[in-house]
Amino acid sequence: MLDPRGPRFAAIITSVVLVVVLITGSGWLALAQAVVFAVGAANIRYAPYAWIYRKFVARHLGPPPPVREPSEPVRFAQGVGFAFMTVGTAGYLAGAPVVGLIATALALAAAFLNAAFGFCLGCEMYLLLKRVRAALPTR
Amino acid sequence: MPFEVTGLIVAAVVLLAATAFGLVKRARDGKLRQPSRSEDREVLARLGVDGATPVTLLQFSSAFCAPCRATRAICARVAAETEGVRHIEVDAESHLDEVRALGIMRTPTLLIVDAAGRVVRRAAGQPPTRAHLLAAVSEALTSGSKTVGSNR
Repeated sequence: MLDPRGPRFAAIITSVVLVVVLITGSGWLALAQAVVFAVGAANIRYAPYAWIYRKFVARHLGPPPPVREPSEPVRFAQGVGFAFMTVGTAGYLAGAPVVGLIATALALAAAFLNAAFGFCLGCEMYLLLKRVRAALPTR
Repeated sequence: MPFEVTGLIVAAVVLLAATAFGLVKRARDGKLRQPSRSEDREVLARLGVDGATPVTLLQFSSAFCAPCRATRAICARVAAETEGVRHIEVDAESHLDEVRALGIMRTPTLLIVDAAGRVVRRAAGQPPTRAHLLAAVSEALTSGSKTVGSNR
């Protein structure tokens, strides 16, 4: 269970980083963000931005709210971010900047909706994906 | 056009579009609406809705879903405090046939089913407020008892 302000803080940092990626077109910064997503998806306790939150931000905010956030949805969102930024990084570094631009723009939309509105991408997409997958003919 | 400018424009468009989308969602999610279609009672029965219960709060959830927990908390409390109300939480992923039959697109989705087996209200994306849920439940208690004899 997590302090819900941690993932929101992380989403704000992520949004800023992704805007910088879009403006500079830097494949290496895109790669760095992909790594950050991968770490968060693997183990949310080691997520770099969440670590910054705990270390430097949380102490200035007072005690966490009584409502804790389950960590599974946050990890799922990090995994989705990782998938997008893997494509984005490949696009930028392999000389297909339009691919990088589109993938990064989608990741930014998801991160910003999380940061500004607490939007849960997993809640909206997960069931749809399952429905589509179940509808496909099995071989 | 230099690439930096393209990137800047894309970033601005994404942020504006996401803001508009988020504002629309915030206004709509969690609103208890009158469903536009009538549901198959057979499907509802497979999920545990029985005719003996005056009002059933049928909630569809998934594992990666923070608002599902909030919805569970508010429904469980209303069910505990209100005579004749039962809360059923269904893992959407493991009931895909029923999910498709009922047109469930995302989690959480909450259906309020009256004693006649009709879905009288439906909310998705966020839990309804406690006040709205209580109002809808008391309406369902009345509507269900009025028509339960004639409907089956």
